[in-house]
Parts: sequence; C-alpha cells; structure tokens
Amino acid sequence: MTAPLHDTGPADAGAAPVTDGLPAKAIEGRSPWRIAWTRLKRDKFALAGGVVVLLLILVAILAPVIVGLLGHPPNEYHEELIDPLSSTPKAAWGGINSDFLFGAEPVNGRDVFSRVVYGARVSLLVAFLAAVVAVVIGTVFGIVAGYFGGWVDAVVSRVMDLLLAFPQLLFIIALVSVVPNSLWGLTGSGVRMAVLIAVIGFFGWPYVGRIVRGQTLSLREREYVEAARSLGAGRLYILFRELLPNLVAPITVYATLMIPTNVLTEAALSFLGAGVKPPTASWGQMLSKAVTTYEGDPMFMIIPGLAIFVTVLAFNLFGDGVRDALDPKGSR
Amino acid sequence: MTIPAQPAPEATEPLLKVEGLVKHFPIVKGLLRRQTGAVRAVDGLDFDVRAGETLGVVGESGCGKSTMGRLITRLLEPTAGKIEFEGRDITHLGVAGMRPMRRDVQMIFQDPYSSLNPRHTVGTIVGAPFRLQGITPEGGVKKEVQRLLELVGLNPEHYNRYPHEFSGGQRQRIGIARALALKPRLVVADEPVSALDVSIQAQVVNLLDDLQEELGLTYVIIAHDLSVIRHVSDRIAVMYLGKIVELADRTSLYERPMHPYTTALLSAVPVPDPGRRVKRERILLKGDVPSPISPPAGCRFHTRCWKATEVCRTDEPRLLAPRAGHQVACHHPENAPGTPEPVTEGAGA
Repeated sequence: MTAPLHDTGPADAGAAPVTDGLPAKAIEGRSPWRIAWTRLKRDKFALAGGVVVLLLILVAILAPVIVGLLGHPPNEYHEELIDPLSSTPKAAWGGINSDFLFGAEPVNGRDVFSRVVYGARVSLLVAFLAAVVAVVIGTVFGIVAGYFGGWVDAVVSRVMDLLLAFPQLLFIIALVSVVPNSLWGLTGSGVRMAVLIAVIGFFGWPYVGRIVRGQTLSLREREYVEAARSLGAGRLYILFRELLPNLVAPITVYATLMIPTNVLTEAALSFLGAGVKPPTASWGQMLSKAVTTYEGDPMFMIIPGLAIFVTVLAFNLFGDGVRDALDPKGSR
Repeated sequence: MTIPAQPAPEATEPLLKVEGLVKHFPIVKGLLRRQTGAVRAVDGLDFDVRAGETLGVVGESGCGKSTMGRLITRLLEPTAGKIEFEGRDITHLGVAGMRPMRRDVQMIFQDPYSSLNPRHTVGTIVGAPFRLQGITPEGGVKKEVQRLLELVGLNPEHYNRYPHEFSGGQRQRIGIARALALKPRLVVADEPVSALDVSIQAQVVNLLDDLQEELGLTYVIIAHDLSVIRHVSDRIAVMYLGKIVELADRTSLYERPMHPYTTALLSAVPVPDPGRRVKRERILLKGDVPSPISPPAGCRFHTRCWKATEVCRTDEPRLLAPRAGHQVACHHPENAPGTPEPVTEGAGA
C-alpha cells in the first residue's frame, strides 16, 4: 500500500498485550465449559438435584452390595410376615422395621427395600441408554438435515413429524407382546429391556433431531464455517470439528431433561405390563401390583411412587440447572 | 523497514485475472422447487489484480461486492465467467482441487464475533490452517502460532484463551493471523474494519498496511467506507448493482472521477474542515437501488442518474478506458479527456 496517512491514532495501541492485572503465570483460557461449571456451582437447587442423581446412580451400580448389607435377596419369599387372610403384612405400616426397611410385599413378603434398590437399576439403565440412543440418532440426522438442507432436510423433517405424531405407547405395548423370549443373545428380562431401550430411544430422537437441526441451521451461516472452508476444510471437518462442539451444550441440556421422561415412560410401560418381566423388580410393576392391595397396605404403593417422584424431580432440577448454566440468556 | 523485493506491478502478469464473472442466486418457489427468477448479485465483472498491489472495491450494500469476494476465494461457485490465479483456471475447482490453492488465497472476514469458533481456543483457531493443509511448520504448530500472534500484535501467551476473552479489535487480529498462517499470496478482506470502532479501525488498517510491506501481500479489500478505501488502495473498483462502473488508480479516481455514481459517492464523504464545506456541492441520489432480481435495462444507473439520456435507457455502456489506467462504464463520463478543468471537489485534498 502506498497510503500516505500513517499517523492515525497511537500506533497500534491495541497491539499491546492484554494485561488483566493477572500475575505472571501461564495464561489459561476460561473455556465455555468452565464458565458453565462455575455458574452451576452457584445454583443450590441444581446442586441438590445433582447430588441425588449421583446417589441414585451409585445405588443402582452398587445394588447387590447395598442389598447384601441392608436387606434380603429381592426374590426371597417371606410368607411368614403376611397375614394369610388379607394377604397384607401382619405388622403395621406395611411391615416396616429395622430388618425390612421399606416393609414387605403383600402376598409373598419379598423385601420392598431390595426391590426398590434393584428397580433403580432397571429404571436408570433403560432411561440412560434410551437417552443415548435418542441423542446419537437425533444428533446425526439433525446435523445432516440442518447442514445439507434441501431434499435431505425435507425427508428427515417429515420423518421426524411422522414419529412425533405416532401413538408410541400403544405401539410399544403391541410390540412387546410379539417380541420373542430370546433375541440378540439375550433372554427374559434382558430382551424386554433391550426392546424398551431401543423403542423409547427411537421415539425420542425426533425431539433431539429438531433441536440439533434448528441450531445447525443458524450455526452453518456463521463466518467461522466459511473461514474453515476457505482453509480447505471438507464437510466432515465442518460438521464434527466446527459445528458439533457448538451443539454439545443444547444436546447435553436436552439429554438431561429427557432422562426423567424416560424414567416415567419405563414406569408407565411396566405398570401396564409391557416392561421388564417378573420376577425382575421394577418400580412401575410394583405400583401396578399395589393397586390390588392399596386399601390394606398403602405403604407398598407410596414407596415405589416416591422412588419415581424423587428420581424425576432430581433429574429435572439438575437438568434445569444445566440449562441455565450453559445458556444464561435463555435463548432457546 | 525491510521490504522484500516486490515485482514491479506493471511488468508482471496479473496475480488474479477475472473475466465475465457472473453469480446468480436462483429463486425457487413451490413444492417442485421450480426456478422463478434469480438474484443477479454479480453480473459480469472483468478486472485483474497485480501482484503486490491493493485493489479496493467499494459500493452500496447489496451491490455484490461481498459475493465477488466469495467468488474469487471460491467459497461460492460462479454461474459463469472465468477466474485465473497465476495463470491457472480455478473457476470450477472442487473442494479437493481447491485445497492446495487455499494456501495462496486467504480471506479476512467482516464480523470478528462470528468468524471465530467460540468453542475453540486461539491456538486451535490459528493452528487450524496447518492441520487442514497437513503442514508442520518449522518448530511445530504451537511455536508458529505464537509467532503469528506476535506478528499481529497479540500476546503469544494467550494461546490457550477463548475468543470471548478478547475485544473486537483483538478478535480481528486473530482472524488476520489465521489468514496469514499459510503465507498466502492474495488476501481478500471483506469489510475488515466495518464492525470495529473507529479508533480500532485505524489500528487494524495500519496493521494490514504493515503486514503488506513485511510479507509482500496482495490485497483485495472490500469496503463501503470511502475513506478507508482511499487510505489503503492502489487501485479502486466502484461497483453498482453487480457491475463495475469505474476502475481506476486511486489518485485518478478521487481527483477526477468519471462515472456520475462515483461523483455522487465522493460528494457524500464528510469533509472534516467546515471552512471548505461551503464550496462543496453535495449530490443527493434520488430513489433506491433497483432490485437485483430485475435490474434496469441499459445502464443500470440510469434510474438515478441526473445525466441519463435515451441511450442510457437502451444501451448498456461497456467498461472502456478513456484515460490510461482509468476505466469507466458510462455514456456520458465526467472529466473525460478534453474537459479542461476537474469539476470535483475531491481534488482539493
């Protein structure tokens, strides 16, 4: 350039290194995740939810240990505790005492505490894995539909509309009745759980897909995508290196909020007899059994109900906290 | 200052040669996506860029200057025409074919808030060119990135910081460092300073200026700010509705503009000296820029031109050079050879 004017402003004042008054230590950037974590730590409700979520996960993982220490094997009958006339526990409060922490089950006297603890395994495993299935399918289809647009987007969007309009509960009940007893090398309850995970996940992905598609539509217009292309980046690089990191936040939020929904769906299906097979314990199944005896033994209905309630509440509080921490402007 | 030997601009073959460049964006309607029309964003451009020079491109919003920048960096596929870089036709190269060329042609973007990925550190952003091109610079990527940060006046210690920790001017410097990483021959800057505060604009413009001297860069700078363009450019192209209406050396253009549109643009530049303001006659253009979907027949400027005659409505003027080094597309150019005195005020500078 042959420009004569070179006296504009103090020569490169902004060129001076940014000094934030920090002591001379290695400069470490505050990543968006670190900032979100600082914000999350200030949210008491979210933290309480997070602690309960962690405890529940520990309970599910350590179920055999916990039951070994504090209860009886979940499928062990204790008919001596049951009044043969009413088929409810003889003792008051559903038979709650220091030996049977949550009381005994009507009719056969199984340890309710052990069954709730093992029920957490089924509930959380199905809810988590179904969320993973939904997130993986939803992210892939959402990002592809959003980035490529055109007929790809049209097809994916119509499929998502179709699935969202589908009567999924009826479909699952019908499907479970025709699923064979052994499948994919699994048998009994394993088959049912695999089917539940696959189906709940499959009907859940359009929700993730819509969010990811919408975000991708706006992100792909950012100049950093053009900048990557101007450096010779291919499509895969742009999708997974440039766009995906910016989608992780909304996906995380949606996944944490999808888990409690899945817990409820699993409980509802078990209640209706389309969940895991007895004698495997599950919360929804316990509730459905309690329906016949709730007049004589309300505790047997209250306890699995509370387990579902606490789990859903804890995940929701935590999920809301994560959303606020990742997205303080509420731009969703 | 150490200036690497720059080839004399006139002697060499142009670095970039553009012929009849056209970009139409189709307008589609209905379920079958039938094309019902096209936005003629760029409609036949001819120009070349010589090694070592700075070509400024000015024009109103929507005149196609940004589209032009994205065509010559091949971020967009041209509808027609030809782009030659160092004698090689790059008009229709694909992603893979274009990849080696990307080292030589780089771009600086307008919005420093959207041109840096918020989830990447500065080190990742400025190091991306090396990773994408599969180059390991001498001394490793990290060392090279830190050298580049220092080159654009940033603290190399900020390697691990994220874009949100920087101001707009600093972010633009990061974008410049990224564009310069591969030592390009040609840098296309699309409104490099229009998103910045005026005080920061001068710094970034001067940085671009210094880097050109230091690295022997060739620039195509797109802007709507005439004073920025005047400060940085050797030659200037004025665009109106997808066409170049005037292309001339800076002095020639500012002192003796030939196209009425250029005259009007120049008369709109504020004069800092109030004493001189009275002598100036401001030309106010009436009406809006016509739609690029159906541009006017003949000269595209005739709907707003005070000199328009019948011929302007029917015949499209070609880009000719009535004076050496001064091309204009007008039937009634001002300051044409033979006119005794320059009529404009820009000459007073």
